[in-house]
Amino acid sequence: MANIEVLKETCIGCAKCIRACPYDAIEMADNVAEIDLKKCTLCGACVESCPVDAIVLHHAHRAAVDLNEYKEVWIFAEQREGHVQGVVYELLNAGKKLANDRGTRLCAVLLGSGVAEQAGELFMRGADKVYLADHPSLKDYNDEPYSRILAKLARQYKPEIVLCGATAMGRSLIPRAAVMLQTGLTADCTGLEIDPDSGHLLQTRPAFGGNIMATIRCENYRPQMATVRHKVMDEAIPDTSRTEGEIIRVTVDENDTASRTRILEVIKEVEETINITEADIIVAGGRGLKGPENFEMLRELAKVLDGAVGASRAAVDAGWIGYSHQVGQTGKTVKPKIYISVGISGAIQHLVGMNSSDRIIAINKNPDAPIFQAADYGLVGDLFEIVPELTRQFKTLLKK
Amino acid sequence: MNIIVCIKQVPDTTEVKIDPKTNTLIREGVDSILNPFDAYALEEAVRIREAKGGKVTAITMGPPQAESVIRDAIAVGADDGILLSDPAFAGADTLATSFTLSTAIRKIGSFDLIFCGKQAIDGDTAQVGPGIAAYLDIPQIAFVKKIRDLTDQKVVAERMVEDGIEVVESTIPVLITVVKDINEPRMPSLRGKMNAKKAEVTVWTSKDLDADASRLGLNGSPTWVDKISSPPPKSGGEKFEGEPKDIVKAFVERLKADNLLQ
Repeated sequence: MANIEVLKETCIGCAKCIRACPYDAIEMADNVAEIDLKKCTLCGACVESCPVDAIVLHHAHRAAVDLNEYKEVWIFAEQREGHVQGVVYELLNAGKKLANDRGTRLCAVLLGSGVAEQAGELFMRGADKVYLADHPSLKDYNDEPYSRILAKLARQYKPEIVLCGATAMGRSLIPRAAVMLQTGLTADCTGLEIDPDSGHLLQTRPAFGGNIMATIRCENYRPQMATVRHKVMDEAIPDTSRTEGEIIRVTVDENDTASRTRILEVIKEVEETINITEADIIVAGGRGLKGPENFEMLRELAKVLDGAVGASRAAVDAGWIGYSHQVGQTGKTVKPKIYISVGISGAIQHLVGMNSSDRIIAINKNPDAPIFQAADYGLVGDLFEIVPELTRQFKTLLKK
Repeated sequence: MNIIVCIKQVPDTTEVKIDPKTNTLIREGVDSILNPFDAYALEEAVRIREAKGGKVTAITMGPPQAESVIRDAIAVGADDGILLSDPAFAGADTLATSFTLSTAIRKIGSFDLIFCGKQAIDGDTAQVGPGIAAYLDIPQIAFVKKIRDLTDQKVVAERMVEDGIEVVESTIPVLITVVKDINEPRMPSLRGKMNAKKAEVTVWTSKDLDADASRLGLNGSPTWVDKISSPPPKSGGEKFEGEPKDIVKAFVERLKADNLLQ
């Protein structure tokens, strides 16, 4: 059977699918849609476009594994230089709800050297159990040993869900581990919930450069794996009375730790400004600034507010400011207390990187710019007049 | 050095929008382009071949029209290219895509380096590169901004991490995914364009790969898109319009009233 099928009885011949198909793979034959399987990529655009659900995509419905054997929600506890990273606490918060909904335990997987005492913090943040692989050769992150050990543990203990931060480490580690486990993986999720009917994980993420949100399922394979960006979800609040839990010590041998790569050196970048993902206030500029020199105006405003300077992709691509300042789908996700957007129209790719900020302030001369839809406060007018005036008034107010 | 570069044809996503009435993608009139990150992967491969000799092979999986990105690759210096195209490959998620590409790479045979762009701009997953490395059981270095040193046995590369760079040494063969800082891709030369036009692009189907059909395309994909929707819209907040001085004043008063300025 082909993977895609037109239900001939249901099709009304409206031809909407023909317009929706990006690959010219559909034609009308006797007022019924006909799909040329040689051209079709099974992208699903026609399925979405059909007003009467006459086009069906058939997925592999065989269960690859016995789903009932898989329990527990696992969080990969990324640590760097012995410190558990903030994204882990965000994942523990999201994972707690999933574990409760599934009636199972929330666990953390901690790999490193001399990191045992970090387990207490993981318990405080909600973990019921910590799998701990503590070995001198696991001090630095290395793809091969880390993915090997994670996959080995998952094979042995069979978690139903594995979550990891979409960090430089996570995005290198997890796809490797998912292949070793032969299971599905969804990148950069912004929403995770359990489908109350089926008990499967619904993984929502921006797709097509953030223009749409896609909800992904992995029904027949386990574990269901996903990465989540830092600063998309709120951190679990520590419960200081909850410092103990079950620790499973994992023995690690030479076969596990063998690696064909090694880190020769780590060079920390000394940034002129605060790392924008950590800043409480961000002043971000876009195409409306018209040139690199005008970012100086934003730096002044940011300085008065003790904030950092961000930028849209348009400004970064134009070479006005470095990539480390870029906010959005292909840049950083930020969640400051106040986000001031200056001369940014608000393309969805930008919005997905900042719309969970506590308060959003938009300055733009076009009253119809989409950024105003996302903003709590919108200032309509010429940014070249408004920004210096803002800086002046804040200076007076904050006595700087 | 034998170098393989994995590339992808993608829709120019900055133009893809969702129709608010029907909640479906509007893809009419959207151009297909070479994934921008892959241009950097190609450039790096071609530079290494220019310095050390060898061969650069571009490989892509996609519908028949994806052949055009193989020609794009040849235009900027790839020696040849292979298009993996078969209805059986359609609907692949990252697991099935990594499987198919790695199976084809095995068929190509010997290689020293595999380059990929750090991610494709349509899916933005960054999962296929490391997935291929896992299938081939070779090491990987992801998000590379500079290759410091390269010999027949070893490569030393700078990999971007959140707060700086890691200098990583790897044995060869190795798979490397690259970020935009790594180089400045060249424009195709006239001769390159001629080569691209003349080139015979090899097409491999599932038969050529001799692969287990249950691991290809939609059948070999654990994940699928259940539904798509517009990002949740915000209602839009309070707007201040008028003379710059007045609106800034009104706005700052508002911030004070909301206790946002401590």
